[in-house]
Amino acid sequence: MTIAILFLLTASLWVATKKIDYTWRWNRIPQYFFYHAETFETIPFDGQILTISSLHGVSTVTYESESNEKFTTKVETESLRVSEGEELFEDDNIGSNREWKAGPLTMGLLMTLWLSAAASFFGLIIGLVTGLCRVSKNPTLRSLSSFYVEVIRGTPLLVQIFIFYFFLGTVLDIGRLVAGISALAIFAGAYVAEIIRAGIQSVPKGQTEAARSLGMTATQNMMHIVLPQALKRVLPPLAGQFISLIKDSSLVSVIAITDLTKSGREVITSTFATFEIWFTVALLYLLLTSVLSQLIAWVERRLAVSD
Amino acid sequence: MIKTVDLKKTFTGRGQTVYAVDGVTVNVEPGEVVVVIGPSGSGKSTFLRCLNGLETLTSGHIVIDGVDLAHRKTDLNQVRREVGMVFQQFNLFPHKKVIENIVLAQMTVRKRDRAEAEEKARMLLEKVGIAEKEQEYPSRLSGGQQQRVAIARALAMDPKIMLFDEPTSALDPEMVGEVLDVMKNLAREGMTMVVVTHEMGFAREVADRVLFMDQGKLVEEGTPEHFFTEPREDRTKLFLKQVL
Repeated sequence: MTIAILFLLTASLWVATKKIDYTWRWNRIPQYFFYHAETFETIPFDGQILTISSLHGVSTVTYESESNEKFTTKVETESLRVSEGEELFEDDNIGSNREWKAGPLTMGLLMTLWLSAAASFFGLIIGLVTGLCRVSKNPTLRSLSSFYVEVIRGTPLLVQIFIFYFFLGTVLDIGRLVAGISALAIFAGAYVAEIIRAGIQSVPKGQTEAARSLGMTATQNMMHIVLPQALKRVLPPLAGQFISLIKDSSLVSVIAITDLTKSGREVITSTFATFEIWFTVALLYLLLTSVLSQLIAWVERRLAVSD
Repeated sequence: MIKTVDLKKTFTGRGQTVYAVDGVTVNVEPGEVVVVIGPSGSGKSTFLRCLNGLETLTSGHIVIDGVDLAHRKTDLNQVRREVGMVFQQFNLFPHKKVIENIVLAQMTVRKRDRAEAEEKARMLLEKVGIAEKEQEYPSRLSGGQQQRVAIARALAMDPKIMLFDEPTSALDPEMVGEVLDVMKNLAREGMTMVVVTHEMGFAREVADRVLFMDQGKLVEEGTPEHFFTEPREDRTKLFLKQVL
């Protein structure tokens, strides 16, 4: 049934695009992931080809300059443009080499992955520290941390990114990448802090009492008893937070970081394949987020042994 | 061993002040087993929790083994490692295996190495009669078994005093016996114990002294024979009539 409904939806979308005369060009998409780059080998001076030996599709060309210096270069046999004994002028083409190169979409995907990984890592650390401050006995730490959480949760991420890039970036002289990652990390940290605080408070008081009655210090209690239990409990909401962090990372494209979203936009300017690219970009985000949620589900299952 | 002088503990909430413990003065000798009984809400648990600093006292003094808990310079953690506590709800650490429950505090607080701590843990598990469960998680054990692990965990710190806060109240009736047996053995070995309980049989059999508390006050104290056969106070008589 689900499949039938999804099929119907896709079919109607297809009919709708037919009506506006849109030509789908899915075949143009793969080259933006990987493409065959051709680099031409040229002779840097006037000279003569001495020998050519071919092996496994690669030809080794030896040539000599007018001052009798010998050089060799390797090109693909298929692209070979010269023969033995031929006289060449400077910058004449000998042949070419082709190699696979990552296209803009792959680079963008890697950038998004790196941005989200770095921001998640720092966000988790910031959130952990702030969460601990939120439940601390020290009133200064408590109010400072809740001020931070309120400010970050109460302002849009887009505005925060602009402030980080234009204000802090100028004042502290940090690059756009650092500005982007810190904006994301500090944004995520506020939410993680609240999740951690809720987790810590959900651990029964008796646990702390048992630990303290054994003579453990408050820190030992937190490290060995409360935090491990709290982290296990907050794993699902934490997963949700990091998944939205991956999606929110698309906003850093506004400060000209070439992440997946920005790469998509750039590809569209050269292909005009608007629909295909945005669908592809969406699928790539979906790929990242579902890998992450599978990963966390796996960790959750492993931690469930003590239940 | 334990001396309290005019111990008071008040809770304030909604503009009311509740005297949970109201001027209790007790002296517990080394090796003595003291059982505290009384109706619910009489402050017995709060009194017990004051003894190892889980509740901060409002006024008065508690002196444990010569150390005054009310003194500002007293390191409560130092005192607590000498005072074991067993809770009504067991409070085992659910994320750690039985043996880890017993090993953890030995390593972090007593700074023993793992081999020594594990040896001690196995010896104690043997003593409380559940040596075969050392690799289980607490959630796989019955209530009685969990409580015995909790006792072993407290004993692993080599405490001078053991406090029991209604250790059998959360147990199914058929499991009460196994926990009480462990406690009786402990008493016979000469451990100083303060036990809050509703088990009158245990009080009669094991206690050296019985304290009866009501509304935060120490109403009557005496030997079990005196207490159960010829109580002086009317409130004690009324309570005993209700429970026996």
